[in-house]
Amino acid sequence: MTEHSHPTSGVYLRVAAVLVILTVLEVGVFYVPAFHPVLVPVLLVLSAAKFTLVVMFYMHLQADSKLFTFLFGAPLLLAAVVMVALLFLLLGALTLRGAAGAG
Amino acid sequence: MTTHATHTSLGLDSRKMAFWAFIGSECLLFTSLISTYLVYKGRSVVGPYPHEILNIPFTSVSTFDLLMSSLMMVLALAAVQRGDMKWGKIWLFSTALLGLVFLGGQVVEFTEFVHKGLTLQTNLFGCTFFVLTGTHGAHVTVGVLWLLTLWVRALQGKLTVAHAMTVEITGLYWHFVDVVWIVIFTVVYLIQ
Repeated sequence: MTEHSHPTSGVYLRVAAVLVILTVLEVGVFYVPAFHPVLVPVLLVLSAAKFTLVVMFYMHLQADSKLFTFLFGAPLLLAAVVMVALLFLLLGALTLRGAAGAG
Repeated sequence: MTTHATHTSLGLDSRKMAFWAFIGSECLLFTSLISTYLVYKGRSVVGPYPHEILNIPFTSVSTFDLLMSSLMMVLALAAVQRGDMKWGKIWLFSTALLGLVFLGGQVVEFTEFVHKGLTLQTNLFGCTFFVLTGTHGAHVTVGVLWLLTLWVRALQGKLTVAHAMTVEITGLYWHFVDVVWIVIFTVVYLIQ
């Protein structure tokens, strides 16, 4: 496991251009009514693409040691699992409480 | 600021490894705040509500600003790594300046929200929104101070190519702040 050389300035500029395009797409999708039925999945995919680009190229995880990927990825995965579990648990509990209150 | 290379038995820089572990712990912190925001989303019983108050064009400009600051940061690192301290200083200062612009935008946004009646105590949206974006803003503030410290050290001639790892670690922190904002912009502002 070693640390490798970083991308060139040209790569950084191309990544920045893609990030700007993705951000424009995000905001554009938000304002176009035709996209509203699929707004959430489209926005999540665009956001994930931006997140991945920054982490891979600007934070150099693409070329760096896999140990760094593990140190970042493992807590991120744990956090994602906990977030989904919390959402199921608490949203369900709050909805049930609301239904009981309404009843 | 030390120039001593401290490597682990794996041949990796120990400061960088420790910093990645720190970033991992920060992931857990921000995920807990984002989860709290999502759990209480749409459960405020009094206004102002998100769709009444969030200014998407304004926040889009702030998002663009932070993305560009990340570009400045990698250009600063590239300059320092090749020993070009003139451009290293320019890019470091540009990164800090864009960070300050982002913070200024956040101050304007928060002030506007308070004038419209949204505070930490108003409703669940206000509480979770201010805690999440305020914590992010505090991280940006630390990043700006860190960048300005490096810039001053560079002006004094105390930041050289031998300190490239220090700049790289600063960059890791700055890019992490950027990726957190990428998530916040989508989850809080765009998915209402």
